[in-house]
Amino acid sequence: MGVGTAEQVIASSIVTASPAARAALRVRLAGLLYVTPAVLWVLVFFFAPVLIMAGYSFLPLDANGELGSVGTGDYRAFFAQGAYLGALWNSIVTTAIVVACSSLLAYPFAYGIARLVAPRFQRIALAAAILPFWTSYVVRSYAWLLALSPTGVINYTLRSLRLIDHPLILAYNPHATELGFIHFFIMLNTLTIYANLVQINPRYALAAQDLGASKWWGFLTVTLPLSVPGIAVGAFLTIVLCIGDYVTPQILGGFRELLLPQLIMMQIQRQLDLPMASAMSLILTVVVAMAYLAMQRWLKMARL
Amino acid sequence: MMSGFTRNCGSAIAYGYMALCYAFIFLPVAVLVLFSFQGGDLPVPPFNGPSLRWYAAAFADSRLVDGFGNSLVVALLSSALSVVTGFLAAYGMARHEFPGKPALQAVIILPLAVSYLLVGMGLLVAASASGFRPGLWIVVIGHVVINMPLAFAICHAQLGEHQRKIELAARDLGASTIRVLLTITVPIIAPALIAAFCLCFTLSWDEFIIAFLNTRFDVTLPVVIWSLLRGGLNPVTNAAGSFIFLFSVVLIVAVEALLLRKRRS
Repeated sequence: MGVGTAEQVIASSIVTASPAARAALRVRLAGLLYVTPAVLWVLVFFFAPVLIMAGYSFLPLDANGELGSVGTGDYRAFFAQGAYLGALWNSIVTTAIVVACSSLLAYPFAYGIARLVAPRFQRIALAAAILPFWTSYVVRSYAWLLALSPTGVINYTLRSLRLIDHPLILAYNPHATELGFIHFFIMLNTLTIYANLVQINPRYALAAQDLGASKWWGFLTVTLPLSVPGIAVGAFLTIVLCIGDYVTPQILGGFRELLLPQLIMMQIQRQLDLPMASAMSLILTVVVAMAYLAMQRWLKMARL
Repeated sequence: MMSGFTRNCGSAIAYGYMALCYAFIFLPVAVLVLFSFQGGDLPVPPFNGPSLRWYAAAFADSRLVDGFGNSLVVALLSSALSVVTGFLAAYGMARHEFPGKPALQAVIILPLAVSYLLVGMGLLVAASASGFRPGLWIVVIGHVVINMPLAFAICHAQLGEHQRKIELAARDLGASTIRVLLTITVPIIAPALIAAFCLCFTLSWDEFIIAFLNTRFDVTLPVVIWSLLRGGLNPVTNAAGSFIFLFSVVLIVAVEALLLRKRRS
């Protein structure tokens, strides 16, 4: 359905011009009128800027740091440089690890809330499970730094218990980044998986058991397949939010293995190279779009 | 056959696992809040408090207070704009038929599926290409982009058939469109509007990357905290972070209460 159809409809309504048709037209135009501010806002302040950005990504800077002539130089530079490709690879691997760990850890947790907790306490159990969600985004990574630092709570406890002599180096490495991410995304995935599980009637699994399936077999063949949409929505949100995040790796990750968003920010802040930063942002977006296409089947089944 | 013993073991493991999850989820927040009351100079053990000195220091820091004010203005403005435009779009979608509806709905919803980095980068490049200087107003625009789809989705879910009949009744009795909208539709879904507003508010209030990319001198609270982090571990950051946490939780509890009341009625 495009603009063409809209014009045809309006034109034919005007030609026929019976009072009923005119009233119908008015209702249609009114509907468009209500929708216009929102659509315009997204078009002007999201689509247009991203298009301008896409245009910039094809204007690589010349030797003087000015916008050069049109070309794919920045994209070729990206795919030719080991450091850039390495950052993209790190981002993809980190995101994959985070998605896998947070789904796997969140599923039994969400299942416990949905099936073990009495129904009237479930909302409270869920609210408690996602309460730290509402700490400030920047502060959350900082809070992990407090726990992980050489003098922090974890090292202090281990040393008081005489389990270690020297503090463990827990922060400023890729695992600290993964930990920070997994902490946040366990909460998110618990929410989406729970929202899906409560829609699945527990009697389905019981019916499978009545028909001779073991408890585990009933779960694996009935409940788990039905809860795939919840897992998929959580996983997709995790991919979107994780792969584009700059704060968590910057605070927790140290400087040895950089992720793509960190490189993007370096292009902006240190190299003042907006075209390269634009190209990198678009590459990141293409990765997310590919993930969406791969997961589309399950995402469409979700009704949260 | 499952004996009582193995069943008990099973549920002990299940409850134990849940307890571990809660512990993991709460660990950083507990550390953050506990050491905001630290008496000493560093937010690490041993704890010698409680003391409010770092809260006093946070409230005396003009950057933090200015950032707080800026964040408040940005969040209020962007949430108001998000809810008004999102509600109008939801009303149009729920009550009217027009060509291109699915496509327009997809356009409105799309910003939900992209990372904030893309929104922030787009605005940064577009502003610099068209000669606009960075500023808080660009942050307001960006926050409406990310929050309006959310307000739209919340309102759209609440505009059911039930209210439609009441609206038609009011119209049959001679009320104008605007009057129906303001005296019937808005009051009926007011809890959803307030909930959407509060949700947009907390998300805007907490948003970092768009604000970081598109401001220079007047900055929002998360950007101020970001610059504090360069100084390393500092109890002032704990105090500011704990205060923001409390602020957000109060808002979220308000939302929950509103939505719960709505569900009961």
